[in-house]
Amino acid sequence: MSKITRRAFAASTAAAAAVAGLGLKPASAQAYPARPVTVIVPWGAGGGTDATARIVAALLEKDLGQPFNVVNRTGGSGVVGHSAIATAAPDGYTIGMLTVEISMMHWQGLTELDPKSYTPLALMNEDPPGIQVSSTSPYKTVKELADAIKAAAPGKFKASGTGQGGIWHLALVGWMQAMGLPANQVAWVPSNGAAPAMQDLAAGGLDLTTCSLPEARAIIEAGKARSLAVMAPARNKIFPDVPTLKESMGIDYATGAWRGIAGPKGLPADVATKLTASLKKVFDSAEFKDFMSNRGFGTVWGNATEFAAFMDKGDAAMGVAMKAAGLAKA
Amino acid sequence: MLDTLIQAFGLITTWEVIVAMLAASVYGLVIGSLPGLSATMATALLVPVTFYLSPIAAIATIVAASSMAIFSGDIPGALLRIPGTPASAAYADEAYAMTRKGEAELALGAGVWFSAVGGIAGTLSLMILAPPLAEIALSFSTFEYFWLALLGLMCATLVARSSPVKAIAGMFIGLLVSCIGIENPGGVPRFTAGLTDLLGGIEPIPALVGVFAVAQVMRAMLTPEPPPIPRRKFGSILAGQWTLTKKYNWQMWRGNIIGIIIGVLPGAGADMAAWVSYAMSKRFSKQPEKFGTGHVEGLVEAGASNNASVASGWVPSLLFGIPGDTIAAIAIGVLYMKGLNPGPTLFTEKASSMYAIYLLFIIANIMMIPLGIVMIRLASYVLRAPRSTVMPVIMVCCAVGSFAIGNNLFGVVTVAAFGVIGYVMEANGYPVAAMVLGIVMGTMVEQAFVTSLIKSDGSILPFFDRPISAILATMAIGAFVWPVLVWLWRRLKPAATAAATPSR
Repeated sequence: MSKITRRAFAASTAAAAAVAGLGLKPASAQAYPARPVTVIVPWGAGGGTDATARIVAALLEKDLGQPFNVVNRTGGSGVVGHSAIATAAPDGYTIGMLTVEISMMHWQGLTELDPKSYTPLALMNEDPPGIQVSSTSPYKTVKELADAIKAAAPGKFKASGTGQGGIWHLALVGWMQAMGLPANQVAWVPSNGAAPAMQDLAAGGLDLTTCSLPEARAIIEAGKARSLAVMAPARNKIFPDVPTLKESMGIDYATGAWRGIAGPKGLPADVATKLTASLKKVFDSAEFKDFMSNRGFGTVWGNATEFAAFMDKGDAAMGVAMKAAGLAKA
Repeated sequence: MLDTLIQAFGLITTWEVIVAMLAASVYGLVIGSLPGLSATMATALLVPVTFYLSPIAAIATIVAASSMAIFSGDIPGALLRIPGTPASAAYADEAYAMTRKGEAELALGAGVWFSAVGGIAGTLSLMILAPPLAEIALSFSTFEYFWLALLGLMCATLVARSSPVKAIAGMFIGLLVSCIGIENPGGVPRFTAGLTDLLGGIEPIPALVGVFAVAQVMRAMLTPEPPPIPRRKFGSILAGQWTLTKKYNWQMWRGNIIGIIIGVLPGAGADMAAWVSYAMSKRFSKQPEKFGTGHVEGLVEAGASNNASVASGWVPSLLFGIPGDTIAAIAIGVLYMKGLNPGPTLFTEKASSMYAIYLLFIIANIMMIPLGIVMIRLASYVLRAPRSTVMPVIMVCCAVGSFAIGNNLFGVVTVAAFGVIGYVMEANGYPVAAMVLGIVMGTMVEQAFVTSLIKSDGSILPFFDRPISAILATMAIGAFVWPVLVWLWRRLKPAATAAATPSR
C-alpha cells in the first residue's frame, strides 16, 4: 500500500466532509419526525392510561414512519410524569399523555404545573362518572336517591369511588352543589381506586359510588349493582338505558376523567400542527375505535384549541369544587 | 360441557398459543429469578406484546409468565438469600439455611413441586368453585379487611427467628415507612419533606430489593468468604418430593386451602398467603424449634399457598373485574382489550374461552416442573461462581430493575437507602422480613381502619357485630392474647405446685 500523501489526505477529508454535508443537509431539512419520539405516560404499565397511550403511539408510528416509544414515568401520584412532559425540550421529540389530574393537583398545592404548562395537541378520551347503587338498594331512580340524600342528615349517606380529593370524589361534590346541597352532604369514603369501591358497594359497606361506567361495568353485569344515572351530556353506548342527570333530574352537570396528548410549552407550530393532524387520523382509525370500545372507554375528540379550551373550563370547575370541598390549598 | 372442552382444546392447540406460552414461560422464569426484577414487572412488560397476539395467546403469555415468575422468585431466595418477590420473602431465610446445609436441591425441588401442586389446586378451585368463592370475596367489607390485615401483621412475630420484641420493632419500622406519601385515606402528603418523588410513597418491591439484595452485597463485602459449599453434582431435584408430599400431606392441603381463600380476597394476594401459611405451619408444627434452621415443612405449606392464591386470584377478576392483586389488574386490562370482558357472561357465552383459560393454567403449572428444573440447574452454577463475580452482577440487576419500575432514578435511590437500612437492622438482629411485611400490610391496615370508621360514623361496634368480622376479630385477639395467657400460666404453675407441696 502506498503511503498516504498530505494532498490525498486533504482531498479525502474534504470529500468526506462534503459527503457528510450532503448527507446531513437533507436530514436537517427533512420533515418532522426525523428520529424516534418518546411518549411519556405518568402512570404505570398495564393500566388504562398506559394501554391508551400504547395504542395511540403504535398508530402514530404507522402514520408518521418513526418509532413512538412509550415510557412510563411513574411516581408522586402522577406529578413526576406530568412534570417530565412539561420540562422536556420543546422539539417535538418528547410528547406525553395528560390525564385529568393535571387540572387538580395544582389546586392541592402538589405542583406548580397546570394545563397552561403544555402545548395541547389533542383530546382523545373522556369517561363520565355514573351513579351506582347496590342491587339490594331501595332506590330505583336517581331522583329517589337524591330525595333521600336531601332528607337525610349530612354525612348519613356514604359514597366512594377513589381516594380523597380524586376525580370521582369531586364529581360527587359537583353533583351535590348542582342540587344546592353542601359539599359534605354525602360522606366520602376514600378507597384505593374504583374496583375496591365497587366491591365494597356489593358487600354492603357503601350507599353509592360515583366511578365511571367502564369501571363499574363488570359488577353491574354480574347483577350486584345498578347504575342510576350518568353525569354526562349524553347517554353511554354500553348502557343505553341509564339516563343522564339532565334527563332524570333536570340538572345540567357533567364532568369526567379524560386523557389527551400534549407536548411541552412552546412546541414549534408546524410540529404541533402535524402531530394534531396525525392524531386526528389515529382517532378516526378503526383500530383505535375498536380498541377503545373493547375496553369500554369513551372516545371524545378535541383538536389543539378545543383541548386547550376544554382543559381551561375543567380546570376552573375543579377549582370551584375543590374549594367547596375544602381540598384546595388557600 | 364436553363440547366446550373440545372447543377449548382446539383454541389452545395452535402454534401461536404454544410458541407464545413457551416463550413467556422462559421469560417469566428468567425475570423472576433475577434479584430486583419482580413478577408484576414481568407481566406489565408483556402487555405491549399482547397487542399483536390473538386473545387466547395473549392470556396464555400472562398466565405462563406470572406463574413462572412467582415460582422462580424462590430461586435467588434459596441460593443467595435474596427473595425475588415479597411472597418468597416469608421463607427465604429457611430456604437459604437449607442450601447452607447442602440441601439446595431439596429446597428448590420443594419450591417447584409444591408450587405446581398449589397452582393446580388453585385452578381446580377456579373451575369448580368460582361462584361460591366470589360470594366470599363480596362479603368482605373494610371491617373484615382490617382484621385480616391485622392477622397478617401478627405473622411477623410468628415467622421471626429472633426475639419477638425485635420482630415487632421491625414491623413497626415497616408501618412507619408505609405512612410516607399522599396515598393515605386523608389524601394528605405525609413525611414527604417536600419531595415530589415521595408523594407516591415507598413501594414494597424497591424496599424488598434494598433490604435483601443490597444489604446482602454489603455484608458480602465486609465478611470473609464463607467456606465453599462442597463441590458436588447437583442431585436429583424431584427425588424426595413424593416422600415429602406424603409426609406433609396435611400441611400441603392446608397451604392450598389458605392460599385459595386469601387469593380470592381482592388486595390480599400471594404475599399475604405465603406469610400466613408459613406462620401457620410453624405454629401448628410438631417441631416448631426446627423452623429457621433449614426445615422443609414451612416451604411445603407456603410454596403451595402462594401459587394456589395466584390462580384463585383470578376468580374476582373474571367474575367482577375486581383484581385480586397487581398481576390480576394487568390481566384484566388485557382481557378487556381482547374482547373477553370479565363478568358472568364470560362463563356462559364465552365458555370455551373460559375453559381454554383453565387449561392454560393447568398446562402452565405442569410445564413449570420441567422448565423449573432446567432453570434451577442453570441457576445452581451461581453457588460455584466466586462471590466477587456474583455480587457485582446482583448490584447491576438491582439498579436496572429499580430504574425500570418507573423509569425514574428515585427508585434506584430508594433501593440504595433500604440497602443501608437493611444492613443496619440485620447487623443488630432486627428481622428485615418483618419490616417488609409492615410495608406491604401498612397501607391496608390504615385504609381499612380509617374508612371503616368513616362508614360507621366513628363507632367501633361494626368491627365486632358483622358475622365474618366477629370471627376474624376473635382469631386476631386470640392470637394476640394466647401467648400472654401461656406466659401467665407458666409463671403461675410453679407457684401453684409450690403452694400445693407443703400440704401433701
